Amino acid sequence: MNYKLASSPHQHVRRNTGQVMRMVIYALIPGILLQTWFFGFGVLVQIALAVITAVVTEATILEMRKRNFERAIKDYSAILTAILLAISIPPFAPWWVIVIGTFFAIAMVKQLYGGLGFNVFNPAMAAYVMLLVSFPVQMTQWLPAQSLTTHQPGLIDAIYAVFTGFSADGFSLAQLQGAADGHTMATPLDAIKTGLAQGLTYEEGLQSAIFDGSLGIGWWWVSAGYLLGGLYLIRAKIINWHIPGGMLAGTALCAGVMFLIDADRFASPLFHIFNGSLLLGAFFIATDPVSASTTNKGRIIFGAAIGFWVYVIRTWGGYPDAIAFSVLIMNMAVPLIDYYTRPRTYGHTKRTKGEPK
Amino acid sequence: MNEFKQLSWQGLWKNNPALVQLLGLCPLLAVTATVTNGLGLGLATTLVLIGSNATVSIIRNLVPNEIRIPIFVMIIAAFVTVVQLLMNAYTYELYQALGIFIPLIVTNCAIIGRAEAYASKNPIGYAAFDGLMMGLGFTVVLVLLGAMRELLGYGTLFDGANLLLGDWASSLKVTIFTTDSPFLLAILPPGAFLGMGLLIAAKNLLDKRFESMFAAKQEAKVVQRARVTAET
Repeated sequence: MNYKLASSPHQHVRRNTGQVMRMVIYALIPGILLQTWFFGFGVLVQIALAVITAVVTEATILEMRKRNFERAIKDYSAILTAILLAISIPPFAPWWVIVIGTFFAIAMVKQLYGGLGFNVFNPAMAAYVMLLVSFPVQMTQWLPAQSLTTHQPGLIDAIYAVFTGFSADGFSLAQLQGAADGHTMATPLDAIKTGLAQGLTYEEGLQSAIFDGSLGIGWWWVSAGYLLGGLYLIRAKIINWHIPGGMLAGTALCAGVMFLIDADRFASPLFHIFNGSLLLGAFFIATDPVSASTTNKGRIIFGAAIGFWVYVIRTWGGYPDAIAFSVLIMNMAVPLIDYYTRPRTYGHTKRTKGEPK
Repeated sequence: MNEFKQLSWQGLWKNNPALVQLLGLCPLLAVTATVTNGLGLGLATTLVLIGSNATVSIIRNLVPNEIRIPIFVMIIAAFVTVVQLLMNAYTYELYQALGIFIPLIVTNCAIIGRAEAYASKNPIGYAAFDGLMMGLGFTVVLVLLGAMRELLGYGTLFDGANLLLGDWASSLKVTIFTTDSPFLLAILPPGAFLGMGLLIAAKNLLDKRFESMFAAKQEAKVVQRARVTAET
């Protein structure tokens, strides 16, 4: 008789880092396609630039550190970081923005801390914050969804715009930003924030042309694309539900309470979840296995706290969106969270108070 | 190694107040947005260090041990006031650019640290020289950090050097590149922290290189042992 003895861990599917990273990249595809459809080919140009920069940077630094760079490139982690950064920045930002950002993410945030597995902060988000602080003008030039604009830049236009600042027909970025009625368009979060600052109520803010109901045209499709990819990742057991669940619940709870208190001055939970990058952040960014919490209880706390900070910074902070800031704040808290949420070791009872260690 | 050599080595490299002792970080990080600011504050700190170290050394046998710290602080404050008034008179624009950080030299831990650790125990010649070397070590780091940040942030070097050195120095300005969108991170305080970290890392790297070179040389001297046992 043949008894099959298996010792722990009892995981049957053996995936290496490269496969996991590749699956995350595949899960990003629906969101990226929708983003390209609604906001132009600039997204793809940025991704191409970012990936090239990331691979070159990673290979150079690993060569300097005398490590095997071929294996490190094949684990796709640098490429994933590059893609996440590229889809977070405005699609028509100048080329040097993404190049500086990706270099910073790989060289400073990842490799200087010791490479994959040692970085304290999420590389893509640290680089995003660096770019936002350094180049506020370039990092806030979002275009409205293409159905609202007078000029719809194609792929060639996108390449021209990223490298020269003008489309192939000679339209500047400011002209491309202009909508059919001649008004410049902001992102949904920006529009509501400005509206509220000008004394409009939340309902009046939603009357702007970029909204369809309480959802930004184009933006909620993109968010839905990332939601789809995220649900696939949970189903494929690449990520657990704890971080995204905690994060969405955190934001929705804060938003819900404030919305019930004063619906004129605070946006609804639905608005907060589907506008901005909350869904992308919840499923793809906060779940970075290196810089996130590692226990299940800790993951819920980590996610919920990010959700809380997202709401606080979006509502009362100086910036319209806050995924990057919130993720970085909670990255710093991860050692503390992990320390206090250590699971009970099998065979040990819970330590009671006063018992010697 | 004689004492002066030892003091120079300690101040400039091995025990550098900014890179190793990590003292006086507040002005170090706050004012080094340009080379000129860094150099100005570094020189001011050096002057104060020499003066306070010399004075503390002269009176070291007269000061009761229990109240030495307040006395040192008053001496340092007096010298800072002198430097502040001098800068106000002769380099007014730089004085305005450095602002609160000139009076704050009083609280620079590097100065009181040297007064307590070295000047209060050693004769005046050594103490003044220690002040000079520690001050120069601090200044070098301020200038390096200022250069890194100015180069990345504005694309220039020695911009505004005429504020410190007189009109002839305006020709020192080097423009590496011009940009409409300055790299704000380098100019803002976070850039100072990052730059400081990189400088410390570079120093540690150089130290390790020297050490391994030194160790390699030592190993080369293999001692031939004499055989004391018979072969077989």
